[in-house]
Amino acid sequence: MEEPTSYPSIEPSNFDLIVVGTGLPESIIASAASAAGKTVLHLDPNPFYGTHYASLPLNDLVSFLESHSVPQSQPSETSSDHASIPLVTRPLYSSLEINSYSSEPIDNSRKFNLDLAGPRFFFCSDSMIDLILKTGINQYMEFKSVDASYVSDAEGKLENVPDSRSAIFKHRGLSLSEKNQLMKFFKLVQGHCGNESEEDKISEQDLESPFVEFLTKMGLSQKLKSIILYAIVLANYDQDNLEVCKDVINTKSGINRLALYHSSIGRFSNANGAMIYPIYGQGELPQAFCRRAAVKGCIYVLRMPIVAVLMDKDDGTYKGVKLVSGQELFSPQLIVAPSFTFPSTLGPSPAQVANSCDAKEKVARGICIAKNSLKPEVANCLVIFPPRSLYPEQITSIRVVQLSGNVAVCPSGMFVTYLSATCDNIEEGKILINAAINALFSAPIPRNSEKSAADNLNDHIEERPSLLWSALYIQELTTGAFDSISCTMTPDEHLDYNNILDASEKLFREICPNEEFFSMTSSSDEHLDDGGSELDP
Amino acid sequence: MHGRPRIAPTKEDQEASSLKAAKLRDLQSQVLNFHHNKIYTKEAVEISAKLLESNPEHYTGWNYRKLAVQYLLDQQSENGVDSNSIQSILDEELRVVENALKKNFKSYGAWHHRKWVLSKGHSSIDRELRLLGRFQKLDSRNFHAWNYRRFIAGLRKIPDEEELQYTTDMIYDNFSNYSAWHNRSVLLSNLLGKREKGYHDKEKVFGEEYEFVRNALFTDPDDQSGWFYHLWLLDQTLKREPVLLSSWPPHGSNLCLSVDGSLNDRQPLPVLHFQSKASTFPLILYFSEAVEGVSSSTVTFECKYHAGDDFTWMPLSANKFGFSQAWLTYLKFPNEVHSLEAFPVKVTVAHAAGITSSSGMPCSQSCHISFTVVVPSDDREHSELQTTRRISWKEENIKSCTTQSLEGDILRSLCELEITKENKPTTTKWSMETISNEIAHCQELLSTTNCKIGKLTLARLLMARNTLISYGNPHAGTEVHYEDVLALYRDLMKMDPAHICHYEDEYSLVLLKQLTSNIGSLMKHCYQYQESSSPSMNPYLCVRLNGLSLSRLGSMEQLLWVQMLDLSHNKLRTIEGLEALQLLSCLKLNNNRLCSFTALEPLKTLKSLEALDISYNEIGAHSIDTRRYLCSSPLTHAVGMDWNFKKFTDEDVKLKGHWDAYLLFKDLNLSQLEIAGNAVVNDRLKAFLSKLMPSLKWLDDEECC
Repeated sequence: MEEPTSYPSIEPSNFDLIVVGTGLPESIIASAASAAGKTVLHLDPNPFYGTHYASLPLNDLVSFLESHSVPQSQPSETSSDHASIPLVTRPLYSSLEINSYSSEPIDNSRKFNLDLAGPRFFFCSDSMIDLILKTGINQYMEFKSVDASYVSDAEGKLENVPDSRSAIFKHRGLSLSEKNQLMKFFKLVQGHCGNESEEDKISEQDLESPFVEFLTKMGLSQKLKSIILYAIVLANYDQDNLEVCKDVINTKSGINRLALYHSSIGRFSNANGAMIYPIYGQGELPQAFCRRAAVKGCIYVLRMPIVAVLMDKDDGTYKGVKLVSGQELFSPQLIVAPSFTFPSTLGPSPAQVANSCDAKEKVARGICIAKNSLKPEVANCLVIFPPRSLYPEQITSIRVVQLSGNVAVCPSGMFVTYLSATCDNIEEGKILINAAINALFSAPIPRNSEKSAADNLNDHIEERPSLLWSALYIQELTTGAFDSISCTMTPDEHLDYNNILDASEKLFREICPNEEFFSMTSSSDEHLDDGGSELDP
Repeated sequence: MHGRPRIAPTKEDQEASSLKAAKLRDLQSQVLNFHHNKIYTKEAVEISAKLLESNPEHYTGWNYRKLAVQYLLDQQSENGVDSNSIQSILDEELRVVENALKKNFKSYGAWHHRKWVLSKGHSSIDRELRLLGRFQKLDSRNFHAWNYRRFIAGLRKIPDEEELQYTTDMIYDNFSNYSAWHNRSVLLSNLLGKREKGYHDKEKVFGEEYEFVRNALFTDPDDQSGWFYHLWLLDQTLKREPVLLSSWPPHGSNLCLSVDGSLNDRQPLPVLHFQSKASTFPLILYFSEAVEGVSSSTVTFECKYHAGDDFTWMPLSANKFGFSQAWLTYLKFPNEVHSLEAFPVKVTVAHAAGITSSSGMPCSQSCHISFTVVVPSDDREHSELQTTRRISWKEENIKSCTTQSLEGDILRSLCELEITKENKPTTTKWSMETISNEIAHCQELLSTTNCKIGKLTLARLLMARNTLISYGNPHAGTEVHYEDVLALYRDLMKMDPAHICHYEDEYSLVLLKQLTSNIGSLMKHCYQYQESSSPSMNPYLCVRLNGLSLSRLGSMEQLLWVQMLDLSHNKLRTIEGLEALQLLSCLKLNNNRLCSFTALEPLKTLKSLEALDISYNEIGAHSIDTRRYLCSSPLTHAVGMDWNFKKFTDEDVKLKGHWDAYLLFKDLNLSQLEIAGNAVVNDRLKAFLSKLMPSLKWLDDEECC
């Protein structure tokens, strides 16, 4: 146990940048700023790295979720020279439901590394992997492939996603002409991206049209469209119903995502498919960026809450922070994790932050622990329930990633399954996650009227694993905001890191407009990019 | 391994490689020195390892090592057998091979050396399987590794079924793998041949294989490896016994031998007249595919004059293994036999086992040909008056045949003649259904995909169905798709001009099949030749297949009776197949694409040929004729030692350049030859030809003296 008086004092007291929270965006920016020669202080009130992107032991996960489900405010602090605004932690999570189905509690809570922001993984060719290789932080991480991906078909059967030539060839659920259509479409995309000749290019007009219309135009069957849109391009909303669809994917971005998927297959010789996952959980990623920042001179202090933000008494501009130890530290820029907020009584900046954090959309997340795999032959896999596949009113896709002991997220012989779905309100989110849990596991989940569809699906999945433990929570979605006090984004609803990386880079460029985002010498590039050395075979 | 672009070497690379070459040369000369002097010391053997590890292609190096190993092993056995030291000698060899293969895993010498070491029987086969696993992971298509795998599987006695599963896994991984598909066909042939458990039912096994490969064909129709396996499956589906298709004389015919070829009114129809100078006529058997084993023991005669005679059968257009579709022998009637009586002749083909196709299928069903022969009294005086006529292809001499004409009747009767088979083979329901099913799938695929190999396969499938129909029911002309097939080939010629020659050949075969498929279509190409100047002459029946863009000949089984044939204004590059037309006396081949005398080699077997027109071809126009290397030449042993060039070279040494003309024409007895319009023709050649063939009366419109 910590002695309350044992807070260290920090030297010096002036920094170019103070960052509070070690979530992924904060860690990327701290690392990039340190690399650019800025003096950076990186604080975290928690005793672990990662904040909302952390991977935690079972008990710690529950207590973190619980503590962030209620607002916490610090007692008012005073400062001699500055106006002091108390820092408020606003709840990012709500409707936390924990269920344990086993009479005996799950032992070895510490053998679990459960992701707060799951499910999430990397595409082998995505920009986050490129950045990992570029910055060399792959030396702090190891990866394993997600061996297979499945999509729930109209009858509720989980079918392999025909995502490559050999997968199409092997597939048992596609008709011969569908196989022909799909492969032809993949070749069309390859031709378009291959820059070979103008006649292989998809027309500009088509590129601007909704992807679903282009797929129809290319003569793909409903089943193939669903596979491409939801299991490969990973569209979130029902693309067939443009009234409720909040994110219509156009052909250009659909093609780009498909091309990313395909270039991911085979990028690393020891990765089977397109996707990989970090051993010990995704919390390894922010930690790896922090380690790199530390190497570049960033100062790290964990277990160090800040109690107040210091403002200039005259003009109300941001000056610095007051730590729980009472020490006051100063910087022209402050970045805080999205769970922090300020009473909007003073100054323009806090008000702006508060406004930007006012979001409607939410993401429902679930974590399940079971002793058997969803598919007996596969350890790590992705499962997609496209819109309307579980019940007619389902307008968003539900994404499921199962991970096994071989990525050290749970004791061997156990399986952790993450679920997520975007929703407009808490009720909808619960229905989505529970419907998927019911379709995948045989466990008594409290039923409501929406479950009848899921019941029908149950017949098709033989010998479903029984649940030992489950958690369900609704997470707020907010984007970041830039000012002298900047706020980073919450973990988004996507399965990859692309949006988080883009937002972090954008925020970095605003904070350090004259600096390069991880300028690197090209020599180390070559060394690191030699084909999957960072991947554990 | 595949599709890697070649990068031009930089200056440093070049320097490095010349340094390496010098080092290699040094090692090489050392090893050769050891080899010659039989030095097998430890140091010497190590140097050879160095050489082979940097240049695995050095065959002498490998052979030297084999000798060295043998020497060391012999030493061991003298000192008493010590299995450990034998093991270590052989392990060292495996190590060297492994390093050599790392350098170049497509080195024949290295793989062979490894086989040699393994066959000594002291090495771990499991280790080899692990090594193969690694090699095949690096390059799953490397046929050396697959070859070695078959060898190891044989040594280890791995069940074929297990290896079949391995091919399935490799194909699932990446179906674009000729080696894996090939190994699959080998293993399946074994399993089906041995009728192993689960492989009794050929039809079921092939049904599953069709289904399996169909997934590959639909997934990526442009990948050809699956299509090749499909072709193998088709071949297995269509595999059947060779059968006798036709003969000369045809079954049920009445043959009238006469010296002058005059018609004899007293004979009932059908009567076939054959001009013969010595009461000899050819007997030709034409099979559905090339066969061997046609001999006096497999083919027997029942005839007043030929009981028990030993016949010599000659293959016509035989490949080097002696297989041929057409077989020839001569029936000779003694000169003193002159009678109006018709002698019956009965030929039994496949009387005894022994006729086999090149794929090893026996011709087990015997069949009969019966015909009668009339030898009218010899009218010697008349024949002496008969002089060789000059054939003139003027339009006024050629009249189209009407179905009512005498020729029409003869032709009709020819077409209706049928070989009697004791047990007529029928097409199995399964092969018919399989082919129809494949046709449907192929058409489905082509409805959305423009794929050349798919089109080619469909064309083949449609022709296969035609063949099956014709075998099952010889006169069923109903479900014929010749026009569709021809359209497919026309499409392919446009789509894939790189392979136009093949498509033209196939197109020609289909077209000829169509033209000869029934009497109606054949009639359109039959004409009467009668010189207006001498109306008293008997008309010739002439078949004109001119101006049809033919590049290759086929369906000769329907044309065995033809004596006068016009193939002018086609695209013929070869006249292979013409050997079977033994009655041919007049042949028009002008305005084709024949580019050498060697391309005319089939003519050498046509003993009756008198008038030949090869004008306006491309003989001598191409300086390099690749076909020539496949033909007999003074450089090959195919030509006997009998040729006597000296007789001509004495007069003009430059005629040496015409050895090919010599080889062709020395055996021909032409009376008329048109050769103008070929690059090779000059006065010297003409003089040479008239000297070579004393029988020649007309050479390019000029009368020879």
